[in-house]
Amino acid sequence: MLKYIAKRILLLVPVLLGVSIIIFAIMRVFSPDPAGIVLGQHATEQSMEEWREANGLNEPIVTQYMDYMKGIFKGDFGQSYYTKKPVADEIFSRFPATIELAICAILIASIVGILLGTISAVKKNSIIDNISMILSLVGVSMPIFWLGILLIILFSGILGWLPAQGRIETLLRPENVTGLYLIDSLIEGDMESFVSALKHLVLPSLALAMYSMAIIARMTRSTMLETLSQDYIRTAKAKGIAQGRVIGKHALSNAMIPIVTVIGIQLGYLLGGAMLTETVFAWPGIGKYTVEAIMKSDFPIVQGVVLLIAFIFVMMNLIVDIIYAFLDPRIRYS
Amino acid sequence: MAATQIETTIQDVKREKPESNFRRMWDTLTQNKAAVVGMIVILFLIFIALFGKWIMPYDPNLGDMAVNKQPPSMEHWFGTDEQGRDIFSRIIDGTSVSLSVGLKAVSFALVIGTVLGAIAGYKGGIIDTIIMRVMDMMMSIPDILLAITLMAALGRGIDKAIIAIGLVTIPEYARIVRGSIMSIKDSEYVQAAKVIGNNDFVIIFKHILPNVLSPIIVRATLGISTAILNVAALGFLGLGVQPPYAEWGDMLGRARSFIFESPYMLIFPGLAITITVLAFNLLGDGLRDAFDPKAHH
Repeated sequence: MLKYIAKRILLLVPVLLGVSIIIFAIMRVFSPDPAGIVLGQHATEQSMEEWREANGLNEPIVTQYMDYMKGIFKGDFGQSYYTKKPVADEIFSRFPATIELAICAILIASIVGILLGTISAVKKNSIIDNISMILSLVGVSMPIFWLGILLIILFSGILGWLPAQGRIETLLRPENVTGLYLIDSLIEGDMESFVSALKHLVLPSLALAMYSMAIIARMTRSTMLETLSQDYIRTAKAKGIAQGRVIGKHALSNAMIPIVTVIGIQLGYLLGGAMLTETVFAWPGIGKYTVEAIMKSDFPIVQGVVLLIAFIFVMMNLIVDIIYAFLDPRIRYS
Repeated sequence: MAATQIETTIQDVKREKPESNFRRMWDTLTQNKAAVVGMIVILFLIFIALFGKWIMPYDPNLGDMAVNKQPPSMEHWFGTDEQGRDIFSRIIDGTSVSLSVGLKAVSFALVIGTVLGAIAGYKGGIIDTIIMRVMDMMMSIPDILLAITLMAALGRGIDKAIIAIGLVTIPEYARIVRGSIMSIKDSEYVQAAKVIGNNDFVIIFKHILPNVLSPIIVRATLGISTAILNVAALGFLGLGVQPPYAEWGDMLGRARSFIFESPYMLIFPGLAITITVLAFNLLGDGLRDAFDPKAHH
């Protein structure tokens, strides 16, 4: 097992190297010259030239890439063209916001999705099944940002129950320990901050969760239907085991493998979805920041974010494969 | 002599299979109510896209500040936007944009993905490894992130949106085609086609691909939904299709500033996107069930 994991981690290196080449090529070869965008319309040709020189953009593209990679191996991802702060600092100061949002979204998506999918499979063709499957279909068909907008119109505009923007009320920001406001406010024992953070989190995480929830519900339903028709489930039922136990212990635990795969993959996709959700809800995470960086041609930031997300994405796939082995003793990696 | 016999057998097998299969699939598809609804909605949308010009009550790009930000009424069914343009007319106008960008992006991805997947699956070895590793790399960047980055690099506009959205989905088709080809490239009829001296091109495109079409068609139909969602997302961020075209995502992005003041401006374009995407999803699901009865639940 350890050998397998080591081998897989080694295989990640060429993938990430490839990603860095792809993104470097898009940003440096195909993108318009950032000097004009960064310095503004009133910049003189001379100041633009000086800026390019200072940022190494006059070097041949291969040299630029090699310099960039050398930096990465030293933990230096470059600096933002605008704030001049290190890319890693800029990204990691916003990362907890995105992580908090993504974790909440995946929790909602997994719990509701598995529940809906299981009920649908057990009560196949009932009203509950039909309603939850229609909901899942609509869930995968709705643009994530439109759902966000609808939630804001309903819960902030009409009902006035929940805030439409931001992470927490300005004056309530808890001391930074983990960067996750829910946990930090609990550590401080500040319930007011906790409630405010929670209120701000509800709408964006619901919007972000919807697509994944729909996918997980559909996957759970079809896997559960297949599992429930197996002989061993009939045997368990015939032995007089209570239905709840048959479904929970015998069926669901065996149906978990494909469901876990979907959850793992969804967590990766949530980081893409976060770009839109964070933009709608003015959520100060890396999604919104990346969209702004792309619009402003802040190359070093975009390169850093893409590499980080790609890294998380491939790591998620690896973790899913490892969880497989724990869920199903028949799977052994060598 | 033997070669001629084998050729005849191949032709016989082919002549019999697709027809009976097609009939069975069509029957299964038309028995699936959801898929039929999806098909009807798609036909309706195509009709709107083609003849919308004659249906829309107002010029979709002509504003009248005297009637801006009007809620839905008998004159303006879906209301008017901040420039006084009729939202109903703009949504009709946007139908052709969303459908054509969706279709073109999928066709672009389909053609390139199929060719790459076919070469990788059929040739194997180092070529397969190189192609598929590049695909893996592309797949480890979320679609929308890659599409936004590409749009920022290429600049705004319909053609660029098609390329950006198409490019990011190439790996999906390549993987499906590669998998399907690997599963049948050693089958007897492909061996037979090789024995009688067909070249690789003929074997891949004439003998193998027609037999692995079903997963590709299903993926492409569902892919149109994803493409339409991505077009809308790019439009929403202000990176997609530019004026004078009315694009649903772009309409939503511009109306965002009026979310509490004129919420109806944000309802209808989103509804149009959802209905269109839902229709392609229903048809795609129906096609999958029709092609693969085992997957039918």
